[in-house]
Amino acid sequence: MVDLLIYLAAALAGAAFLLVLYRFLAGPKPADRVIAFDVLTIISITGIALAAKIEGRIIYLDVALVYALLSFLGVIVIARYLERNL
Amino acid sequence: MQAMLDILGGLVLVSGTVFLLLGALGLNRMPDIFNRIQAGTKTTTLGTMLTLAGIGLMQPDWSMKLLLIGLFMLFTNPLSSQVLARAAHRGGARKTPETEVDRYAEDHGDPS
Amino acid sequence: MSKAQISAKLFITLILFWMLLNGTFALDSFIVGVGASLIIVYFFRDSLSFLSEFRFTPQALMATLSYVAFFLKELVKSNLRLARIVLEPDLPINPGIVKVRTKLKSRMGRLLLANSITLTPGTLTIELEDEWLYIHWVTLESADIEGATQAIVEGFERHLEVMYG
Repeated sequence: MVDLLIYLAAALAGAAFLLVLYRFLAGPKPADRVIAFDVLTIISITGIALAAKIEGRIIYLDVALVYALLSFLGVIVIARYLERNL
Repeated sequence: MQAMLDILGGLVLVSGTVFLLLGALGLNRMPDIFNRIQAGTKTTTLGTMLTLAGIGLMQPDWSMKLLLIGLFMLFTNPLSSQVLARAAHRGGARKTPETEVDRYAEDHGDPS
Repeated sequence: MSKAQISAKLFITLILFWMLLNGTFALDSFIVGVGASLIIVYFFRDSLSFLSEFRFTPQALMATLSYVAFFLKELVKSNLRLARIVLEPDLPINPGIVKVRTKLKSRMGRLLLANSITLTPGTLTIELEDEWLYIHWVTLESADIEGATQAIVEGFERHLEVMYG
């Protein structure tokens, strides 16, 4: 029962990932790609947390935390860049 | 007891990913960048919170670290979308024709 | 507030963050955390932290609790509303960018207000300039400053005013 719920959640997150990937590829503007990228990272963090639960390894959560930190910085830097160059 | 928490956690987990999916849908359906950012930020923030809470219910000994990730996302998600929205506006992003008023363009000039 | 007080609050915030990150209260990791926090405080003395500008009064602590409760309620409400918009076939939106005014004076209070607005029903802060905020609103209800301020800002401002001023 619980395993089923976890795999259902993973499937839903995977479907969300694919939908956002479409927006990332379709664009059309750089800003659309950046917000799609941001959402992709957030979904990935959910995925990493799910992987941590399935594998039973708390160390994966540190990966998720660092990933969150880097994606935040990445989006800020790209937005700064777009602000001057679009 | 833990079996009950496991089921509850699983349900919270699934509800969180449902919000992620709705956000992904919104990102594709919304007509312009500002509405996309709205759909992208809100649903994914709550979606991640619920997912982390669900895992926390299943693994109570992980809750400190999960709480930390959740708090971090809660503060950085809105910030990055704000910065991105401003960058898009200054870059002259197209607004959907349904947009009724733009006070920011009135005060700062409209680059689009 | 004095410089030393600001630094002390930044230090406490950093130590709390470090303890949460480690998840232990072992002495050796605590000592490393103190060292790292001191170095950061030395270089970023004037930076904001959650505790800087916070008023340590019983009223402020009560306001923090009611703020968190109000915020969570609004977050869930905003998601349900957005979910309904996204699921409706004809996508019922009438967006607009409005200008609102806040009474909050502190930098941290304004930052939290902008963040809260972004996460609540249909609103996204675009720019924060002194007391003015520019907000993208998916379902525009009022285009003038007073109406928009009342609809968007006042719910949070009530709590944040007590917490940060």
